[in-house]
Amino acid sequence: MKTRIITLGAAAAALVAAGLATAAVSDERYPPVSDAMTKKECGDCHMAFQPAFLPARSWEKIMDNLSDHFGEDASLPADKVEHIKKYLMANAADKRWGSKMMRGVRKDWTPLRITELPYWKREHDEEVPARAWKDPKVGSKANCKACHRYADTGIYEAEEYEYGGYYGRRGDDEYKYKRKRYDDDDEYKYKRKRYDDDEYEYKRKRYDDDDEYKYRKYRERGERYYDRRRYDDDDD
Amino acid sequence: MIRDIAIISGLTLAAALFVAGAAEAASPQEMLKRYEAEAKAAGDFPEGGFSAERGKAFYLAKHKGGKPATPSCTTCHTDSPLKAGKTRTGKVIQPMALSKTPDRYSDPEKVEKWFRRNCRSVLGRECTPREKGDFLTYMISQ
Repeated sequence: MKTRIITLGAAAAALVAAGLATAAVSDERYPPVSDAMTKKECGDCHMAFQPAFLPARSWEKIMDNLSDHFGEDASLPADKVEHIKKYLMANAADKRWGSKMMRGVRKDWTPLRITELPYWKREHDEEVPARAWKDPKVGSKANCKACHRYADTGIYEAEEYEYGGYYGRRGDDEYKYKRKRYDDDDEYKYKRKRYDDDEYEYKRKRYDDDDEYKYRKYRERGERYYDRRRYDDDDD
Repeated sequence: MIRDIAIISGLTLAAALFVAGAAEAASPQEMLKRYEAEAKAAGDFPEGGFSAERGKAFYLAKHKGGKPATPSCTTCHTDSPLKAGKTRTGKVIQPMALSKTPDRYSDPEKVEKWFRRNCRSVLGRECTPREKGDFLTYMISQ
């Protein structure tokens, strides 16, 4: 009986630990590009995408067709192409276990764009408004760093981009504009000043000092000042 | 025996330095000399040398025969070499004018790589040494 409880407890603990471990892995963190040549050459025009984002066959197809790379020529000397291709294919999405990127990717499909992966679409299509992609600060869906500030280190976690990226509070132009209003907008400052203004203070004072006004105010609200007073007086 | 070793190591050192020198290079002026030599070899060196005006016209022109997304240098590098450009994915490109980025055009391998890529994208062919020389002259003058 005792050994059974112990083994069950150990099994449960192991499961919890495994769950926690996978949680740390499956949070939106991917191994960063560790090969210097890949990072340099593939980072010339866009952030060097982590190889864990596409299956090996996709990387092979991309590296074999660099002279027609999504509408531009990205050709390289053959030895560099081989080196980079080897690195990408060795660290591809289907070389890792349980990769979320491979969800919904059928074996007969060779996705070329990370942004057409079902998992990518699921993560972005609901949360990111369509106007974001057209905004000049973002430019394109391939511009990960516009919102995921530490994307080049492999970290794409929600907390990180929500508060730091373009659509986070600190970056949002609309929010900045509203903040500026507090500092710059004379009209707003004027309205604020009214709280300090004599006339307003006078009106407020009336509220506190003028019994008749108070009485009227209470009646307008449906309360009977006189009746209220009766509740307050302890002597009656 | 020792003499042989000295000779061989001396030769290797000289060869290594030669190779290293070729890999490192250069200044923009040396790049221009190189293109001048190539243009002369191709029989294409213009009278009066390379011209910044021709380079400017080449830079601003809309070329046919290239890929549809990149009809002109200005597509990514904007209409002035003094301004920072942007790739189609949104990454910033440093200004091409030598005055703005003084360390440009000093690595022949890098210059050749980008000429190969971008000429094929914009023009659909390799740039001739004359076009490269004109272009570089324009960028140096900015």
